[in-house]
Amino acid sequence: MTIFNLYIFDKFGTLLHYAEWNRTKKSGITREEEAKLTYGMLFSIKSFVSKISPHDPKEGFLYYKTNRYALHYLETPSGLKFVLNTDTTAINVKELLQQLYAKVWVEFVVRDPLWTPGTVVTSELFQSKLDEFVRQSPIFGIRNI
Amino acid sequence: MSRQASRLDAKKVNSEFLTLTYGALVTQMLRDFENAEDVNKQLERIGYNMGMRLIEDFLARTSAPRCLEMRETADRIQQAFRIYLNIQPTISNWSPASDEFSLVFDSNPLTEFVELPPDLTNLRYSAILSGCIRGALEMVQLEVQCWFVQDQLKGDNVTELRVKFVRRLEEVIPAGED
Repeated sequence: MTIFNLYIFDKFGTLLHYAEWNRTKKSGITREEEAKLTYGMLFSIKSFVSKISPHDPKEGFLYYKTNRYALHYLETPSGLKFVLNTDTTAINVKELLQQLYAKVWVEFVVRDPLWTPGTVVTSELFQSKLDEFVRQSPIFGIRNI
Repeated sequence: MSRQASRLDAKKVNSEFLTLTYGALVTQMLRDFENAEDVNKQLERIGYNMGMRLIEDFLARTSAPRCLEMRETADRIQQAFRIYLNIQPTISNWSPASDEFSLVFDSNPLTEFVELPPDLTNLRYSAILSGCIRGALEMVQLEVQCWFVQDQLKGDNVTELRVKFVRRLEEVIPAGED
């Protein structure tokens, strides 16, 4: 099991933070373009998913999987979007994202007086705590592809 | 400032400490602005900015899902007051359309030792609370109005905060490729 990369968007689609770990192949487009496409795709999937849902969707879109990776999605009621790409065997990623929100984001970004909401996060403390958090998670594991 | 991993644990501050520091803040602001109306505005703004961040902490703590109607929202606000100020306001006086309600406080920790001098009757001492509610709800796509109907500082029996639903803010559609 392993983790590839993470995007954090706010409710306006601004990429607040990006981090990557075992991502070996690049997409070949700029970071901005990649983020924009990711956000656009998720936005469309989300609205389509709730449209065709046979029941009133509670949480809506949670993840998708290809034969190479899985994309996990957590949206808070405040519109923050956490997008984590892992390999296909990762489990309990939703809980991991929830923890990441509570223990890393709220702790080191929301409570950081130097951070203005809606702007890119530059705090080094946050970056190192995030890295530590991801590397310590059971999902990060050892890399075997 | 030391940061501890156990920050989410109940780490409490003496409520008198809050009362006194808040009192000092308001007094200083009154001195600086020399006008109660301006102080009201600033307190509202401080509260609004606090609410915008506080909501994230609240959501992370409670993992509360999105509210579907105002009655749920009212319960959450009540829960938040219990978490952050250790007081439990009563929810009452619902409007017939269920879009407006009151939070009634028997006691308000912010005003514990406070007496308003007669020349400051237009000061909304606890305006930070209404700002906070407005800021927090705005982050979860709810635009509300929030104001004081009764205030113990002004001789009323209880402090009553009225919250009125204005509209749901729509989700922003990403800009297309231009």
